[in-house]
Amino acid sequence: MLVRFLLIFPTIFILVTLVFLLMRTTGDPITAALGGRLTADQLAERVAAAGYDRPLFVQYLEYLGQIFTGNFGTTLSDNRPVLEVLVVYGAATVELAFYALIVAFIVGIPLGMIAAYFRDKAPDAVLRILAILFYATPVFFAGLLLKLVFAVTLKWLPVSGRASTSTELQFALLDGRSGIYLVDAIRSGDAEVIGDVLSHAVLPGLALGLLTAGVFLRLVRANMIGTLGTDYVDAARSRGVSEFRLVRTHAYRPALIPIITVIGLQVAMLLGGAVLTETTFEWKGLGFQLSEYLQARDFVAVQGIVVLLAVIVAVTNFIVDIVAALIDPRVRY
Amino acid sequence: MTTTTRSVPRRRLVDRLPVLKQLHQSVGIQRGMLVTGLVLTGIFIVSAFLAPLIAPYGFSQIRDESGTFGTQQPPSAQHILGTTVSGFDVFSRVVWGAQTALGVVVIAVALSIVAGVLLGLVSGYFGGWLDRVLVVVCDAVYAFPSLLLAIVMSIVISGGQSSLWGGIFAAAISITVVFIPQYFRVIRAETVRIKAEAFVESARVIGASNGRIMFRHVLRNATRTLPLIFTLNASEAILTLAGLGFLGFGIEPTAAAEWGFDLNRAIADVSSGIWWTAVPPGIAIVLTVLGVTLVGESLNDLSDPRLRGRRAVAADAGAVAETSVVPGGSIDPGTIDGTDGRA
Amino acid sequence: MTDVLTISDLDVSFSTDAGAVKAVDGVTLRVGEREVLAIVGESGSGKTVTAKTILGLLPDTATSSGAVVLRSKDGASDNDVISVSGPTLRRLRGSDVSMVFQEPSTALNPVFTVGWQIAEGLRAHDAKLGRKAARAKAIDILRRVGIPEPESRVDYYPHQFSGGQKQRVVIAMALVLDPGLIVADEPTTALDVTVQAEILDLLRRCRDEFGASIVLITHNMGVVADLADRVAVMYQGELVEEADVQTLFSAPTADYTKRLLAAVPRIGQKIEVAERRAPVAVDAAPIVAARDLRIQYPGRFGRPGFVAVDGVDLTIGAGEVVGLVGESGSGKTTIGRAIAGLTPVTGGSLSVLGVEMRGVRERTFGPIRKDIGFVFQDPASSFNPLLTIAEAVSEPLAVHRPDLDERAARTRVDELLEAVQLPRSYGDRFPHELSGGQRQRASLARALALEPKLLVADEPTSALDVSVQARVLKLFAELQAEFGFAALFISHDLAVVDILSDRIAVLYRGRLVEEGSGEEVLGAPTEDYTRRLLASLPVPDPVAQRERREELARIVAAERA
Repeated sequence: MLVRFLLIFPTIFILVTLVFLLMRTTGDPITAALGGRLTADQLAERVAAAGYDRPLFVQYLEYLGQIFTGNFGTTLSDNRPVLEVLVVYGAATVELAFYALIVAFIVGIPLGMIAAYFRDKAPDAVLRILAILFYATPVFFAGLLLKLVFAVTLKWLPVSGRASTSTELQFALLDGRSGIYLVDAIRSGDAEVIGDVLSHAVLPGLALGLLTAGVFLRLVRANMIGTLGTDYVDAARSRGVSEFRLVRTHAYRPALIPIITVIGLQVAMLLGGAVLTETTFEWKGLGFQLSEYLQARDFVAVQGIVVLLAVIVAVTNFIVDIVAALIDPRVRY
Repeated sequence: MTTTTRSVPRRRLVDRLPVLKQLHQSVGIQRGMLVTGLVLTGIFIVSAFLAPLIAPYGFSQIRDESGTFGTQQPPSAQHILGTTVSGFDVFSRVVWGAQTALGVVVIAVALSIVAGVLLGLVSGYFGGWLDRVLVVVCDAVYAFPSLLLAIVMSIVISGGQSSLWGGIFAAAISITVVFIPQYFRVIRAETVRIKAEAFVESARVIGASNGRIMFRHVLRNATRTLPLIFTLNASEAILTLAGLGFLGFGIEPTAAAEWGFDLNRAIADVSSGIWWTAVPPGIAIVLTVLGVTLVGESLNDLSDPRLRGRRAVAADAGAVAETSVVPGGSIDPGTIDGTDGRA
Repeated sequence: MTDVLTISDLDVSFSTDAGAVKAVDGVTLRVGEREVLAIVGESGSGKTVTAKTILGLLPDTATSSGAVVLRSKDGASDNDVISVSGPTLRRLRGSDVSMVFQEPSTALNPVFTVGWQIAEGLRAHDAKLGRKAARAKAIDILRRVGIPEPESRVDYYPHQFSGGQKQRVVIAMALVLDPGLIVADEPTTALDVTVQAEILDLLRRCRDEFGASIVLITHNMGVVADLADRVAVMYQGELVEEADVQTLFSAPTADYTKRLLAAVPRIGQKIEVAERRAPVAVDAAPIVAARDLRIQYPGRFGRPGFVAVDGVDLTIGAGEVVGLVGESGSGKTTIGRAIAGLTPVTGGSLSVLGVEMRGVRERTFGPIRKDIGFVFQDPASSFNPLLTIAEAVSEPLAVHRPDLDERAARTRVDELLEAVQLPRSYGDRFPHELSGGQRQRASLARALALEPKLLVADEPTSALDVSVQARVLKLFAELQAEFGFAALFISHDLAVVDILSDRIAVLYRGRLVEEGSGEEVLGAPTEDYTRRLLASLPVPDPVAQRERREELARIVAAERA
């Protein structure tokens, strides 16, 4: 456990270093953002002021030191501390990821079990095609289609955003708001506000959730087919245990361990998908903000967000490994 | 790519060529999936090669002899899928987009296979500190959101925007960096497994050199699953390319047609109810990825005897023979010894 | 009739890549009350398929016809397993017929406690049974199969038990619903011989104390002689002979049965080979000399690892065949691997052909390798699947004899294949086109390609059927006589080792407990462990086996006292 925990640090360190070096091979962030708009002299002055003319190694050490103390720098385009950006918009991304995971679990896991049970029969074929379709549909295209059908044509749900303007205004007055709208809405106690927040969440949650559900479905199916073929399932069958129970417990529980491990790796995919989903639905989270900063060529902000996401991924993977170990009695005892 | 071993001459050609062999031995639903996948992939590749013949207009053409196309025109006889907000012909851009996608996929997968396989082989075979470092680095990169890494790479390579081949290479290399850890992990794991097999130990006992063992015994056995990863990665490459394009890190619209970029430009159209700019490139992505993934999944199933579906038989069918316990080929029993039976 | 099981005219076919294959062909059998019927056969004989049919456990690719009628223990109902509905079949499984599997470590679900798994079977048949009552029954049955402290062990997970205990738990699960019939599919094959004896005793108690009939599926004639009342011999899907156990062993009628019985290795049955060179006297420079040899595997993160070999002294003289025998975990394979330079020596001294192996460098040892041949246990993985047999056999030539051109190498390969009695044409085949026995012979050819001074054979026949094993052992003896190499023959089977070896060394938990000629070690063992090992080995003769069983009981009682 301790070794696994210590492994987080090299992972983060490698990613920070990699991102830093890659971003700097293109030159310093100020030239990237403002190059062409200022004269060469003005540019050199700004570069020197920010310390970007020093040797790369010195800047690298300084950057490491800053990160260690929680200082991710200040954005160039809107002059805000990156950490503040992360806190403000991070909540929105966490909320979106939460909705997506709920959809993925509710849709992906039972369907995967059904597919494994009906292996190579018609329901399995249908579900597998469905899973591949979920996976093959880029999350932004799924988002656009959902929007086109449910928001624009049927007008059942809002087109974009996290909440309507009136709700946003109400939240702005709220003391100690969490930034997670569902939590804030429940605290406001206003059913209309809760409804408003949830109705905005449906389409982005579905778009990102179904993509992830496709992955879960395939994962559960493959692992369950593996465990359904084991001796211990045959042994339970020979004791008269029903087929439903064989699938539900004997095959599912052992399959869960590899499933959980892989689900940990899906966190990365989920975050990547969140960037695209947020852009599609103007969901003002980290991903949306990231693509704004990318358009503005504000690489200090980009670097800060990327590094934070790396930390999130590393920590999540650690937690997932611990959970997987806790489920596995061979590790526990 | 070869999934079969060099075979005895008495087997028919259809049974030896990869894909064709699997097509031949597939049945029922599995065959349906494989055929669907092959057809879709075929359409994709044909469109890529014959784009100049199929597409009525160029990918950056906004006017012909009868004047400009007009923007956001609904589908008509002239423009069967309408025109975009920039005045391009949607159908033509969808067809040309196949060319861009195929170029990126081929370059990206080829580059990452070479790098990933070599690193995985050396790392898995020799072990030691180099192996540990490579594993930690690749795990870190693997766990990182691949789209973000591709973004960072494309900033590095091209500063975001570029010409046709510059753009294709930039996208391909960005995707390569994401895929190297995947090939590395697979090949390394296979190498570690094969290293412990008796035939490798046997070569070590004989005194064969490391180079000889690695390339004669390990490499070819470790790369047997590659066609499979290849197909699965090809589909991911298409999705990553589209994602890059969607975020504006693709290829300039005047340099090449790119599905993801077109979808990005269609976001606003969708909100005003214009469907024809978004749906065609989206469908193109879905069908291409679907096709390649179906081929990959089917090959995966067919390569594993436990997953392979079989035709039903009658209870009294089939001859009882010693061959029943020897997978993969018939031997003639009795010529040497009649009781040799265990495979 | 009071038969618990009646199988009439059973046919089973499988759908495979090569088309339909018939696994069981017109088998008719019956099992009486409190009777142990052994179904014996080699791989591909259809014995396991027959066993699975009794519980309706065949996979979807199988089609069966005929009748398999099960009678419940109280005689109240008869059911044909092949034609009953799903729910009825489920009711029969566990209560009328149950199964004991070959590999206890895979037959138990690793993520549930054994008590939970036993209780699950109970509650599948009696939905009203309370949690507490089920637990009490689980504890009771665990106690009755000889699990110590069942009150606490009931909450253990499978990995917390040893292999033999796991098999007891599997048997407990089979017994808990008091079925009339237990199908035991190779119940002791995965176990060490001393544990096998305990499990066979337990199975005997299943019949005597629980009143169950047993269908025993096995390839081991010693196990048959130990446990069976009646024997059915199967060959290629057909029943070739059926007789009570005495008759079968004393007067077999079918040719196949006779051949099978003749092939079973017995202690004291040396293979006589003409013109065998006498081994060189031990005081001449030995080929292998281990002095206080110690081999420890590296532990994780600097912690001390497992000590596989602990202070072993062993010598192998030129032309001498030394048999190394021991159970799993005894360190026998590790010693073989250390001699071949596959596992580093961590303490003491090991000299192989004059080279000290402790801290040896490949540069020093490389040239010596041409004098060492190695035959691996698993014929399935000992050849690169992508190379032909000729390419594999000629590999030592390619490495050590670069002077030979392709034609000369191929000529040598043909000679070698002939020496191991394989036709030349087999050189152009791929490994998967050869049977296991043929592959082991090709493996011998490869090991002998450079006429080594030393051959290490690590369980070369343990994956083979007994009749194939007999051929390979005979071939080994002939080749040894012809080439005169020294050999280390590693096996878990005392009889196999005795057939070939000049000297036998017995290993137990990394230590050498006894060493000497076959007559000394097996005729008059001085160590308790050797005595127990010897008495545990079932002999293919029901009368002699009964005596041996009593002998074992005496030894165990004496050890306990």
